[in-house]
Amino acid sequence: MPNPRLYKTEAIIVRQRKLGEADRILTLYTPALGKLDAKAKGVRKTTSRMSGHLQPLTRCLLQMARGHASDVITGCETLESFQPLREDLDRLSRALYAAELVDRMTAERVHSFPTYRLLLDTLRRLQQSANPDLVLRFLEMRLMDQAGFGPRLDACVGCSRPLEPEQHFFAPQAGGAVCRACVPGLAGPRVLTLNGLKVLRLLQRGSYNDVARVNVPPDLAQEVEHHLRSYIVCVLERDVNAAAFIERLRREERNTEPGTGNKEGQGAPCS
Amino acid sequence: MNEPSPATAAPLARLIQEFYKLPGIGPKSAQRLAYYLLRMPAAEAQALASAILEVKEKITLCTVCQNVTEIDPCRICSGQQRDRTIICVVEEPLDILALERTQSYRGLYHVLHGAISPMDGIGPEDLKIADLLARLRSGEVTEVILATNPNLEGEATAMYLSRLLGPLGLSVTSLARGLPAGGDLEYADDVTLTRALEGRLEIRG
Ligand SMILES: [Zn+2]
Ligand SMILES: [Zn+2]
Repeated sequence: MPNPRLYKTEAIIVRQRKLGEADRILTLYTPALGKLDAKAKGVRKTTSRMSGHLQPLTRCLLQMARGHASDVITGCETLESFQPLREDLDRLSRALYAAELVDRMTAERVHSFPTYRLLLDTLRRLQQSANPDLVLRFLEMRLMDQAGFGPRLDACVGCSRPLEPEQHFFAPQAGGAVCRACVPGLAGPRVLTLNGLKVLRLLQRGSYNDVARVNVPPDLAQEVEHHLRSYIVCVLERDVNAAAFIERLRREERNTEPGTGNKEGQGAPCS
Repeated sequence: MNEPSPATAAPLARLIQEFYKLPGIGPKSAQRLAYYLLRMPAAEAQALASAILEVKEKITLCTVCQNVTEIDPCRICSGQQRDRTIICVVEEPLDILALERTQSYRGLYHVLHGAISPMDGIGPEDLKIADLLARLRSGEVTEVILATNPNLEGEATAMYLSRLLGPLGLSVTSLARGLPAGGDLEYADDVTLTRALEGRLEIRG
């Protein structure tokens, strides 16, 4: 007779923390159960046969046993290890940001297949995209829409009038774009250029392929990132930790290699 | 942790709470340890308490390699037999114990006291990286072995360091090959560690 305590699920491991001597608690994102924590016993010992399969940013097939406090992983098999992400610090830092954002934006055991799909697509895109930051912007916008927090971009959040094709403002706390007339009295509005609005709308309504086809110059990419970042901080009521590391890598690259931007040849120290 | 039951005397409840803060100790173990101490002879309890205080008073970090030590610089840094041209970078002091046990490494060490973990907000500025760079500036060191744990944080740390050390013109190697992914260095057996040391790879920064 099948044991009702046992079940199988596919999962992407989004984060881990140490537990006791040699165990870990893993945060999983699954297609059918949403986000859940699971215990992996003995995986910090180098003799563990499971440890290699249970690294964060791995898609795997897990054998699970329902437990009292949390479910326990009893077996696993790697489906996708996203090796190119682990061998390039710029891509890895973006992938960690993606995983942290999904973790922070979602509640436990709230099932959302689109979110699973989005996370999986994001990790695959980050492996090869020439513009990993744009992959993150797409993730940010879609994730907020899926969570029901998407910013309003079709009309002014103040007066609901359609936005004329000109410069407006972006007010995270008010929930989206505002026209000039509605700005007085709003907290923290920032200039939203017409191109900035167009990119934000494309991120919200277009497919990833549409987004990837657009050439976004650095200034514009920075503006869009800034709006989305302040919006996320507003929704989460905190920043995403991994953002600071991405920012640091950018800063150090600017300092050491002026102009050249030589990011190739960052070989993996561990294979 | 649940509030201790009113049946638990206040000093005992406090001791349980203190144990519960330690790594690897759950509520049940905390209780068991506290009750064990309660039954212990007074002299033994006194010895344990003074051992804890002595560690806090006498053990500091070596100003050179950041390992825990009672003399500064530590025995390894001041050792006559050590090869001063090579530094092995590890995450934690316990990793040094594991590597020393193999008796196949005669160079110096540097303890980072952690690994980069962007999701937890632990960045390069939280590790002893500036101290490492200062040591390398003296010019005596020609090789750096990155012996961080073969897991995601350890690999991120090694990649970050190799990027940082690349322009210094040193040989930067990694011993992670042969170590199973996902484990902690301190749990690696001697044979695996020795093989990992011998088979270290040159990595490009
Ligand atoms: Zn308006
Ligand atoms: Zn020392």
